[in-house]
Amino acid sequence: MNQKDIKMMTPMTKILLLIMAAGGVAAIYRLFFGLGATTNLSDIWPWGFWIGFDVLGGVAMAAGGFVIAGTVYILNWKKYKPIVRPAILNAFFGYALAATSIFLDIGQSFRIWHPLVMWQINSIMFIVAIHVVLYTTTLAAESSPMLFERYNMKGAYSIMSKIMVPIVLFGVLLSTLHQSSLGAVYLLIPSKLSPLWYSSRLPYMFLVSAVFLALSMVSFETILSSRLFNHKVPMDIITGLARGSLITGIIYFCMKIWDLAAGPGFGAAFSGSFTANMYLVEMIIGVVLPLAVLSVRTYRTSMKSIFAVNILVIVGIVVNRLNVGIFGLAEYAGRFGVDYFPSFTELLITAAMVSFAFFGFKVSAKYLNLFPETDH
Amino acid sequence: MSMNRRDFLKTAAAGGGAILATASVPAGASMPKELPPEAVGILYDATLCIGCKSCMVNCKSHNSVPKGGLDSGKPEASYEYYGPDKIWDAPQDLSEKTLNIIKVYKNGTGLNKDTVENGYSFVKQHCMHCISPACVSACPVAALKKDPKNGVVFYEEDRCIGCRYCQLACPFRIPKYEFSKSSPQVRKCQLCHHRFAEGKYSACCEFCPTGASIFGKVTDLRNEAQKRLALKPGAEHDFPVKTVDSKEKSRRTVSRYVGSVYGLKEAGGTQYLLLAGVPYELLGFDKNITDQTLPDLTWAYISKIPAVIATVLIGGAATWAITRGRNRDKEE
Repeated sequence: MNQKDIKMMTPMTKILLLIMAAGGVAAIYRLFFGLGATTNLSDIWPWGFWIGFDVLGGVAMAAGGFVIAGTVYILNWKKYKPIVRPAILNAFFGYALAATSIFLDIGQSFRIWHPLVMWQINSIMFIVAIHVVLYTTTLAAESSPMLFERYNMKGAYSIMSKIMVPIVLFGVLLSTLHQSSLGAVYLLIPSKLSPLWYSSRLPYMFLVSAVFLALSMVSFETILSSRLFNHKVPMDIITGLARGSLITGIIYFCMKIWDLAAGPGFGAAFSGSFTANMYLVEMIIGVVLPLAVLSVRTYRTSMKSIFAVNILVIVGIVVNRLNVGIFGLAEYAGRFGVDYFPSFTELLITAAMVSFAFFGFKVSAKYLNLFPETDH
Repeated sequence: MSMNRRDFLKTAAAGGGAILATASVPAGASMPKELPPEAVGILYDATLCIGCKSCMVNCKSHNSVPKGGLDSGKPEASYEYYGPDKIWDAPQDLSEKTLNIIKVYKNGTGLNKDTVENGYSFVKQHCMHCISPACVSACPVAALKKDPKNGVVFYEEDRCIGCRYCQLACPFRIPKYEFSKSSPQVRKCQLCHHRFAEGKYSACCEFCPTGASIFGKVTDLRNEAQKRLALKPGAEHDFPVKTVDSKEKSRRTVSRYVGSVYGLKEAGGTQYLLLAGVPYELLGFDKNITDQTLPDLTWAYISKIPAVIATVLIGGAATWAITRGRNRDKEE
C-alpha cells in the first residue's frame, strides 16, 4: 500500500467535515445557552444519549485498544502486532468521543478537572473520571511512537519502545477497572433500572461484553481499512479474532442467561413489553445470531460472514449500553409521565464526534505509519 | 522490546505500589451508617396537615436569601407559574425552584381525611436527609456532603461539576437541576441549615400552624412518632407545634395511622420521618425502595479495586515473563 494514494478530499470526507463544523457550532451553542436549551434532558431523565451512546458505547467500542495491546505485549502473541496500532488509535478516538461528550454533558463544563483534585472515593463517578483521564493519557502514550517515527525523533521512539510493556500493562489495568466501573455506576439504582439489566454482576457484564465487542470492533476496522486503503485483508488475524469472539461470546451468553435466571426469570424477557423487547433485540442481534454464525466452521473462516457478525456484535452491545443507560429506565420514568428522546442537537453533536473519529482515523492512516506490517 | 525482566518487574512493582498506596486510603472512608450523634430532622404527620402550604411559601422565602437553598447569588424570588395568567406560584412538583411541596392523594369522592377509599391525604415531599445518602456517595467531587454532627445533607455549589449522578442515584427523586441556566446548580432541601447559626430551624416547621411538620433531634422525633402510633384513634391529644419539645400544643382528635413510621428503615433510614393514615406507596413513595443502604452496593465494587490492581499487575507481569520466551509466531 502506498499511503500517498489515500485521497483526502473525497465527497465522504467533505460530508464528515460538514457534520463536524455543524456539531462544533452546536457545541458552542450548548456551552452558552445551557442543557435545557439544547437537550431533552430533565430531572427524571438526567442522563440521555450522550451518556448512553457516547460514553457507555464509546468506551465499550474503545476496548479493542487494551485487548489487542494486551494480547501483543503481555501475552506476547506477535501475530496480532500488525493491528495493534489501529486498535490503539481507535481506542483513543473512542475515549475522545466519551471525554468530549462528558465535557458537554456536565452542567459546569469548565470544572471538568474538579474530580482530579476533589477526591471522593465512595463515588463510582470519581473512579470513572480518574480512569478516563489516566487511560486517555495512556492511549496517547501508546500511540506516541507513530508520531515520533513520523517526525524522526529516534531518542523518544526508543525510550517509548523500552517502556511500552509497563505502559500497556497499566493500560490493561485501567481498562479492566474502567469498563467494569461503568457498569458499577448503575449498581446504585436498584429501584430504577429494570431488573432485566440491574444485577450485582453488572461490572462483570460490562467488562466481558466490552472484550467481546472489542474483538469484533478490531476485526471490523481491520477489514474495513484493508478495503478502504487497498491492502490485503490479513485472514489469519481475522479468523483468530473470530475464534476469540466465539469463546468470549459463549462466556458472555452464559453470564447473561445465568443473570436472567437468577434475576427476574426467563418470563421477564418474553413479557412483550417495550423493555422486554429491547432486551431481546440486544440478545438476538448482539449474542445469539453472532454465536450461531460463528459456531459453524465454514462461516467462522469466511471474511464475509465474519464481517456481518462484527456488525451484529457492535450494534448489539451498543444496544446493551443504550438499554442500561436509557431504555432500562423507561418504565421507571414512565411512572412519572416523562419520556425522553434525544434532541436534534444531542444527535448532531454525537454525529460530529463520530465523524471526527472517522476523519481522524483517515488522517492518521495517510500521514502516520498506522499499518506497519502491511506496507512491505 | 529490549527491556529485561528485572527492570520490568521493578517498574511494575513501583507503579503498582504507588497505586495501591493511594487505593488503600479509602478503606476507612466508607459512608456513615449510623445516625449522627446530634442528628436533626423533621417529623411530618399527614393526619395533622390541613394543606395550607404555609410551609411551601416560607420555604421559598427563607431559602431565597444568601446561603439559602435557593440562593442564586442575586436577590430573586423563585416563583414558578403554571397556566396562562402568570399571577400564581403554582409548582407542580419538586423543582429547581421548589424544595418542598405539599401534594394530595385523592380517591373516589375524596371526602374523608386520611382514608384510602373515598378519601384523601396530604403529603409533604422534600429531601429525606438519608443516614447513608446515595447522592453523597455518588458525588465525584463531594459537592454533596452529610454533616458529621447534625446529619444534614447539604450542597457546596462551587465544587459541583453538574454530572447529575446524584439525580440518578437518589431513590426519592429529590435533587433537581437548573437545566434552563447556562451555569446551573443542583437544588434540594438543606433543612435550612443556613438558619441554624441564628438559633433558628427549618422554615417549614417554624411556620406550620398545626404541628404537622415539627423539627427536632431525630431520636426525639422517632420517640414522638412511636408514641403517636400507640395513641387511641378518636381520643383527644395535645400535639407539639413547630418543634418536638415545644411548649406550644395543638389539641386534635387522633386519627388512625398506618402501622409504621416511614423513614426508620427505608434506604437505610432517614432523618425525615413521616406518619400518615394511608399507605406511603399511595403518597408517592416508590414501593421498590427497600431497606438496603444504597452506598453499600457501589462500595462492594470499590472495595475490590486494590485487589484487582494487584491481581492484574502481578498476573500481567507473570504472564509477560512466561510468554515472552515463546515464539507464538511459529504457528503461522
